[in-house]
Amino acid sequence: MIAADRNYLLRLWKSRVLLGLCVGALLVALVPLLSILWEVFSRGIPVINSDFLFERQIYQFKEGGGVANAILGSVYITGLASLIGIPIGIMAGVYLSEYGHGRFAESVRFFSDVFAEFPSIVIGLFAYVVVVGVMGHFSILAGSVALAVMMVPIVTRTTEESLQLVPNSIREASLALGIPKWRTTLRVTLSTARAGLVTGAMLSFARIFGETAPLIVTIGGSLYFAGSIEDTSSALTYVVWRGATSGIEAAEIRAWGAAALLLIIVLVINIVIRFVTLRRQAKGGAL
Amino acid sequence: MRLLPMTHREGASGTAPRWRLLPRWLGGARGARPPDDGADPLLVGLTGSGARRADALFKGITLLFAGLVIFLVFGIVGSLLYQSQEAWATLGIGALFGDEWLPGGQPAKFGSLPLVWGTLVTSFIAILIGVPVSIGIAIFLSEMAPPWIRGPVSVIVELLAAIPSVVYGLWGIFFLAPFLYDSVYPRLQANWGWTGLFTGQSTGYSVLTAGILLAIMIIPTVSAISREVFRAVPASQREAAFAIGATKWEVVRKAVIPYGRTGLFGAAILGLARAVGETMAVTMVIGNRNAFFGGLLEPGNTIPSVLANETYEASGVHLSALFALGVILFIVALLINIAARILVKRVLKQAEVAK
Amino acid sequence: MSGVQRGLEPMAERSLEGSGEAAEPREGALDAPQGATARLRVSLEAGAPAAAGPTKIELRGVNGWFGKKQALININLKLPANKVTAIIGPSGCGKSTLVRTINRMHELVRGARVEGEVLMDGQNLYASGVDPVLVRRHIGMVFQKPNPFPTMTVFENVAAGLRLNGMRDRTKLSKAVEGALRQAALWDEVKDELEMAGTSLSGGQQQRLCIARALAVNPRIILMDEPCSALDPIATGKIEDLITELKKDYTVVIVTHNMQQAGRVADYTAFMYLGEMIEFGETRRIFENPQNELTEKYVTGRFG
Repeated sequence: MIAADRNYLLRLWKSRVLLGLCVGALLVALVPLLSILWEVFSRGIPVINSDFLFERQIYQFKEGGGVANAILGSVYITGLASLIGIPIGIMAGVYLSEYGHGRFAESVRFFSDVFAEFPSIVIGLFAYVVVVGVMGHFSILAGSVALAVMMVPIVTRTTEESLQLVPNSIREASLALGIPKWRTTLRVTLSTARAGLVTGAMLSFARIFGETAPLIVTIGGSLYFAGSIEDTSSALTYVVWRGATSGIEAAEIRAWGAAALLLIIVLVINIVIRFVTLRRQAKGGAL
Repeated sequence: MRLLPMTHREGASGTAPRWRLLPRWLGGARGARPPDDGADPLLVGLTGSGARRADALFKGITLLFAGLVIFLVFGIVGSLLYQSQEAWATLGIGALFGDEWLPGGQPAKFGSLPLVWGTLVTSFIAILIGVPVSIGIAIFLSEMAPPWIRGPVSVIVELLAAIPSVVYGLWGIFFLAPFLYDSVYPRLQANWGWTGLFTGQSTGYSVLTAGILLAIMIIPTVSAISREVFRAVPASQREAAFAIGATKWEVVRKAVIPYGRTGLFGAAILGLARAVGETMAVTMVIGNRNAFFGGLLEPGNTIPSVLANETYEASGVHLSALFALGVILFIVALLINIAARILVKRVLKQAEVAK
Repeated sequence: MSGVQRGLEPMAERSLEGSGEAAEPREGALDAPQGATARLRVSLEAGAPAAAGPTKIELRGVNGWFGKKQALININLKLPANKVTAIIGPSGCGKSTLVRTINRMHELVRGARVEGEVLMDGQNLYASGVDPVLVRRHIGMVFQKPNPFPTMTVFENVAAGLRLNGMRDRTKLSKAVEGALRQAALWDEVKDELEMAGTSLSGGQQQRLCIARALAVNPRIILMDEPCSALDPIATGKIEDLITELKKDYTVVIVTHNMQQAGRVADYTAFMYLGEMIEFGETRRIFENPQNELTEKYVTGRFG
């Protein structure tokens, strides 16, 4: 009897310890997160002032200057990428959801999933050959193409999912009114699913806003405000990378500031997405 | 086609309804004009709305865009092969798989093995550390935590995924690496140096640091999928184990995990895929030196880190060799991603069916 | 029929405009006693026309498949104009499929197929060259579960069939919407709330909204697939009253699993079993004097 009790106690303790380790695992994840947030914000936010936000970059070695051209660059690049990538993704998602039943559609889905998490540097190289190679120089367009390619799989997947959530009875109601299928899809089905589509677009945008590797080999970097999509440009992520690896203190300080800005923007977008999704779920509607 | 029922006043005889069909801007076939001979307008109202053509057009357009996805796959690998031709031709496979990567050397060497080594080692470390931690978190969230904790905690874990990798790199350079250099590595070298793993003149920027950073970065992905896997385990499995008096841990270890082990394996592979492809964070803390088979505390390089660092200024054979590296990375990443997706899909599908 | 203007004209005028046939005893509308039982008695006692009158829809040798499985076997049926015809039968007998072959909705299902002819006013809807989209514009359909478009207001829902087919004129749209809502006996309830979301109405109102939506494009025929099965008895009653009104201007086909409902609203009834048309005739006769043994079993409640 006593031996059995002891055995059980041992097992119980073992259970507690190992489960405690799981809580420990959680800490392993939490500690770096908190540390990152702390370091970035404590070192970066003091750097942000109106000069920082509105003046363009100056030479690495000098102090001062701002990252306005980088902010603008990020906006241009991601904006153009969205303009290219989101419509492609939506149309592809429409195909998969409304017409895609065969093997072709299956392979589109499969590769779309596989490429959603692909090494971004490879996609940057692709844009290097296809855009930089053709144009002969680095440019915003090249960066946008790379980022657009990264957006397409995400938007395709989320679009297909959102459309699948639209009940078939809605489509039937529209078709029974004598509305052709294409207009049903465009005006009724897509419209019903628009909330999910927006979320997907936001998600993909948040993803590419923080990307650096593809930009390194496409946008070329610049201290000036870009004037057109053919110009080279800087970007927030680019500034962080250059500054952090430069070994120059002034540049490092600016890198922290840019990182803080970057983090704020990315986190805000993510929080907005989460908030919107939760509220929609609470209202009890489809996503 | 416009359907405009004529009003009572407009209709001539007031018996049957009269329909006026107007042509659409889309170019649908022109509908007939309103019959003024009293014939039933329905007779002209059943053909040629142009909808069939428009439907086919729309389907074709969406198909084109969907096909773009597949086209991109081939486009990407095609462009890599194209730009790397010179390397394959002049250097040959032998040289490309040599053991020294020295683009600036005399003569320049483009052996990729050190980079492959670096990629493998950092990813391996990432998996070794990251997967158990992720599974631990998944166990916590799915088996231990009260429901009200699950939401906030999973949000926080996902926040880790939202942080841009360049910010991870920044933190890695100025916080993690110095920290490890000061507090951890000396102890490692002192106590575990006998394993021969921890040799090297450490500056904190090393293969091990990169591996640790990668481990942190893959936690959100692997833990999310692990949670899905655990959620797919039917309650009956757990109940049966509890019923025979198992402790909570034993339930997890003997009932839940075995049931989901394929899925967990898939999650690990997915983490591997993520780790292999990660560029920025790795390149910022790995020290950027092309050692081969060095100790863990030595600086190193991975394929992505070299690509990030050197492509901008490379030209000629060097550039071409870099693209050859890109091809290698592409193939590796493709295979790992495919394997991961297949595994994970299969498990989640089984779960759907089982329920 | 003048669709749009209809709702604004007095009822007496309306019935005369009908399909041009001789005046027939109007059921229930102004002088008959109210109440479901009374209505049943009225429709059973009212003198049925000697002949069936003009045929609006004729199904000739219609066969329907879902892939390899045949759901409709050699259906021959003549649906009289301006009458309500009920299709009854046990679950799975093919009632919904039958109705969906009329407005060419059946073929939208993957692998589905229809053979045979469906004639509307003598015109074969399945003739080659006929555009199914246009067929559906002439035939309205109301579904089992009310399905208003979730992202549209009440107004937009009713106007959808017109708007999405190209009508832009706001005045015409408003008139059409009002007319349709009046016909669907919903106008008074929503006239001040046309900008409300379509889904904010109650179940019964939503179904009447869907009916209004179908009416707005001015079809000739209205198909109803168990329109009341998701509604409470009061809402059901309102819709049944509506159907009785609608048949003055439209031909109504209603699928129902509720025999009492068929008895209340339908002039004619068709009984189906396992994909075949077993018997068709005036409702009263079907229920009181069925010729076929299967029919008798069904209407006396001995199966299904």
